[in-house]
Amino acid sequence: MATPGRVIKKVFMFYYDGFRTLSTWGRQAWIIILIKLFIMFAILRIFFFHDFLKTKFSNDSERSNYVIEQLTGNK
Amino acid sequence: MIENVDLSLVDWSRAQFALTAIYHWLFVPLTLGLSFILAFMETIYVRTGDEVWKRITRFWMTLFGINFAIGIATGIILEFEFGTNWSNYSWFVGDIFGAPLAIEGILAFFLESTFVAVMFFGWNKVGKKFHLTSTWLVAVGANMSALWILVANAWMENPVGMHFNPDTARNEMDNFRSVIFNPVAISKFTHTVTSGFLLASLFVIGISAWYLIRHREENLAKKSILIAGIFGLVSSVLVALTGDTSARIISKVEPIKFASMEALYDGKDNAGLTVIGIVSETGEKIGEKSRYDVKMKIQIPNMLSLMTTGKGEGFVPGIKDFIYGNPSKKILSVSEMIERGKYARKVLTDYKMSKEIGDKETAAALAAKFSDRDFVDNYFSYFGYSYFSAPWQVIPSVPVIFYSFRIMVGLGFFFILLCAVALWLYKRDKLVKNRWFLWVALLSIPLSYIASEMGWIVCEMGRQPWIIQNLMPVNVAVSNITSSSVQVTFFLFALLFTGLLVAEVSIMVRQIKNGPKHKED
Repeated sequence: MATPGRVIKKVFMFYYDGFRTLSTWGRQAWIIILIKLFIMFAILRIFFFHDFLKTKFSNDSERSNYVIEQLTGNK
Repeated sequence: MIENVDLSLVDWSRAQFALTAIYHWLFVPLTLGLSFILAFMETIYVRTGDEVWKRITRFWMTLFGINFAIGIATGIILEFEFGTNWSNYSWFVGDIFGAPLAIEGILAFFLESTFVAVMFFGWNKVGKKFHLTSTWLVAVGANMSALWILVANAWMENPVGMHFNPDTARNEMDNFRSVIFNPVAISKFTHTVTSGFLLASLFVIGISAWYLIRHREENLAKKSILIAGIFGLVSSVLVALTGDTSARIISKVEPIKFASMEALYDGKDNAGLTVIGIVSETGEKIGEKSRYDVKMKIQIPNMLSLMTTGKGEGFVPGIKDFIYGNPSKKILSVSEMIERGKYARKVLTDYKMSKEIGDKETAAALAAKFSDRDFVDNYFSYFGYSYFSAPWQVIPSVPVIFYSFRIMVGLGFFFILLCAVALWLYKRDKLVKNRWFLWVALLSIPLSYIASEMGWIVCEMGRQPWIIQNLMPVNVAVSNITSSSVQVTFFLFALLFTGLLVAEVSIMVRQIKNGPKHKED
């Protein structure tokens, strides 16, 4: 019977072998994925895409009040 | 204040969202359809044990992998935009939008980290049946993933299963079943995924045609055309049927979009369906919007009435029936809707004021209105109209919708023919001899993408000015940020996505040129 340790090792080896024997297109695809994720999360998300309401207000009550002000048009 | 919102900010935010969504949609439909084609091919391999089918499956799986890898996570950028550019909207929709997107995110993560890995790494490492099961689960999972996104999108066109909480300014889901089984969601899901199946089928037929033009990989190409031809033919018929259902639902929940698809301004009995025509300005104005007429049109008499009402003589309302109202058909005018929306907004304003001054009794009475069916149905359901100063502002761009719709439908019917001819030529073993067909099939690959994108343009441009039908127009949904910041990210995205597209096309073209004989496939 397979122990949890052996299962984890088998799964690890499955992924390890898969990545080790990647084809050329597979390697290129992974490079593109990593670059893309880096641009998205380390550049765009951090420097350009702040969550507007989370950045401006510290709690949900303030956020609600702000949006109600926006909806009702009353400052 | 909303009334003073910078229109260039709204336009740039819309342009950015459109750009991201259009690019994202270049990758998605191929994944939706090709995953099933792979599952069919691998099933044949497992059932017959014929190694040729394994080779065919592995070749198309390579192209699937390239598309999947390049397209992965491009949709997350849309979620970034919600929080930054569309914060009022994001807050207003509450958990209704968040829940389906969260389910989609979890599903996609587990799908991608497990079964996609088995698909690519598992050949000769796991059993044939386990591998096949993984391929099927990727196909089903990818399409289920799309379901949740489309459920969220459909809710924006037909908001159901929720109530508005005036304390939090959020819509709260009170009926998940209504949200999932929203008629718009069902028709949108079936129409969208079947269009993905069709696009992938045309992709496989087109690439296979290229091999036949080059007199390469004849066996692979013909077998692939057989599978893709059958899948494409069935899908193309389903696309037409689900499109018909979708249009009928749109005529009820987004009637101005529907009338714009036909450039129908004056409602009429025995309305004909315009197959083709040229939209031109009449010189007449509806407020500040030009009125258009369809010239040189070819119409099928009574067909629009029949498709919309089930009767050839049925009445189909036009844009002016909605703008000015039509009491005999029980259609409210937009002016009336604006008044009702303003009343609902005033109730919200009064509620907020009474809370601020500590008038608990008035506040409680006003809060109760948001749970009162009569107020919700007759006033709050027009809340978004309160932001318009004139009825004409709810008319979308008629020429864009008219032409996009016809390009999509025209190509859709052409694809039915294409798949049928592909199968007919395959059966008579005349594919190689008919080079004209092979070229048409190859050139149909970009046409399938054009048709697919046109569908989204009809859907999203047609719903303007609404981000949530009747409840929130786009200018209210936008965040109070500078338009220059949106412009910067617009061009960053344009660069990023163009780079990804160029990478995808170049890697894919190289793999296609290498063909399945190459050791890396």
